[in-house]
Amino acid sequence: MVRFQNVGMRYGFGPEVLRDISFELEPGSFHFLTGPSGAGKSSLLRLLYLAHRPSRGIVSMFGRDMAQAKRHELPEMRRRIGVVFQDFRLLAHLSALDNVALPLRIAGYPREKARAHVVELLNWVGLGDQLDALPATLSGGEQQRVAIARAVIARPRLLLADEPTGNVDDEMALRLMHLFIELNRLGTTVLIASHDQLLIRRLGKPVLRLVDGTILSGPLETA
Amino acid sequence: MFGPRTDLALSRDPAGRTVPWIIAAMVFIGTLSLAAAFGLNEASAAWRHLVTGNLTVQVPDGPDADARADEAARVLAATPGIASARRLERAEVLHLLEPWLGRDAAATQLPLPRLVDVRLDPALAIDTRALALRLAESVPEARLDDHGPWLERLSRLTRGLQMIAAGGVGIVACATMLIVVFTIRAGLLVHREVISVLHLIGAQDAYIARQFQWHAVNMAFKGALPAFLLAALVAFALGLAADRLSAPLIPKVALGTAGWLALPLVPLTAILLAAVTARLTVLLNLKRTL
Repeated sequence: MVRFQNVGMRYGFGPEVLRDISFELEPGSFHFLTGPSGAGKSSLLRLLYLAHRPSRGIVSMFGRDMAQAKRHELPEMRRRIGVVFQDFRLLAHLSALDNVALPLRIAGYPREKARAHVVELLNWVGLGDQLDALPATLSGGEQQRVAIARAVIARPRLLLADEPTGNVDDEMALRLMHLFIELNRLGTTVLIASHDQLLIRRLGKPVLRLVDGTILSGPLETA
Repeated sequence: MFGPRTDLALSRDPAGRTVPWIIAAMVFIGTLSLAAAFGLNEASAAWRHLVTGNLTVQVPDGPDADARADEAARVLAATPGIASARRLERAEVLHLLEPWLGRDAAATQLPLPRLVDVRLDPALAIDTRALALRLAESVPEARLDDHGPWLERLSRLTRGLQMIAAGGVGIVACATMLIVVFTIRAGLLVHREVISVLHLIGAQDAYIARQFQWHAVNMAFKGALPAFLLAALVAFALGLAADRLSAPLIPKVALGTAGWLALPLVPLTAILLAAVTARLTVLLNLKRTL
């Protein structure tokens, strides 16, 4: 599904923020990505959701070497990836419903069919009564749930989440984790960047530990 | 107004309020320029029609000028291809000179040439050079005027004015494209965060370009339609005013059917140009991103 070999990354002509990253995510696996602030988690996620190209090394996604991938191939690959951004990145002028429906609309789903899916999912994350609410009128936790719903609505093959439970209470955090686990059971590969050691321990999934721009140990450890 | 639902809040951009006004001005100028080009074309054709069916023969003033002019008229009238040839009376010549010399011209003792008005038979072609030679045999001092140099100067003038009008339409088209390019580039900058999200969710460049394209169509339509209607009204009013102007040598100025059919092409072209320019601007700019 995902394979990194000696990957390095820098922004412009700046120093390398990621160095010699090597790991592999098997299809249908579930991993946490953890590490201190500034370790490079968000940069690693940027490589994974194809917002940035590596400055060296080999990144392979869905069996395709990304160095060989043409620009026009990227949208199709990105549709297979669901992303929960740390800052949510919801579209301010669109309702919760329209924000969640965005990946389906971009993929060309029929409008009515998409709406039924979106309403069902928003009900599931507890926002069934906020369908028409604009992001600005939602709390941080509610926005986060909209962002999560948007990331999973199209049943992505790879789900990447950057601190997806940072703004919700423990009960909702666990509920959202169960959504990810359910999605994982259905075949989605999941990688979640999180600081929440308690949650990581509770779920008992393998962990990628990133420190100072590099994966701390070769083999994946289990918390 | 038109197009699919947009993920980008383009209609709220400040440029969305000003660009229709600028496009309106462009379409107004463009429509009137095109109307002027067609009007000139019609006027030029009318002038040609006025003078191509006849010739004028001048016989200089002299003791027996009237008799010489009558002789010229007789020779001409006997020539195949000429329907009639008639010497103008002094009063008629003075009437022709009225616009330049006033009504008191009759009182002056100007040495006026005698004029012979020659009407050509439209069914037969005539060789004016051969005709001039034949006339010279009978009345050597007579001068045959087929209005050629005047028509040539008129053609040059109308061609020049038409080129200026066409240039005006071209400049308007270029200016419209530039305005759209700057507006779309500003829009790309303002909405770069949303565009980035759309890309990361899997949107293709064409998906984003389509939204800008429809935004441009809406802006152009809002400006082009009222501007075109106003310009057409002005062109119509100017045509009416020219009709009422009964000055000598000024023919009826009309756009003609082709002109009226061509005028709507200006707003349609403006809208089409805006759409294509917006789409290409977005596609070219997004190509530089990942």
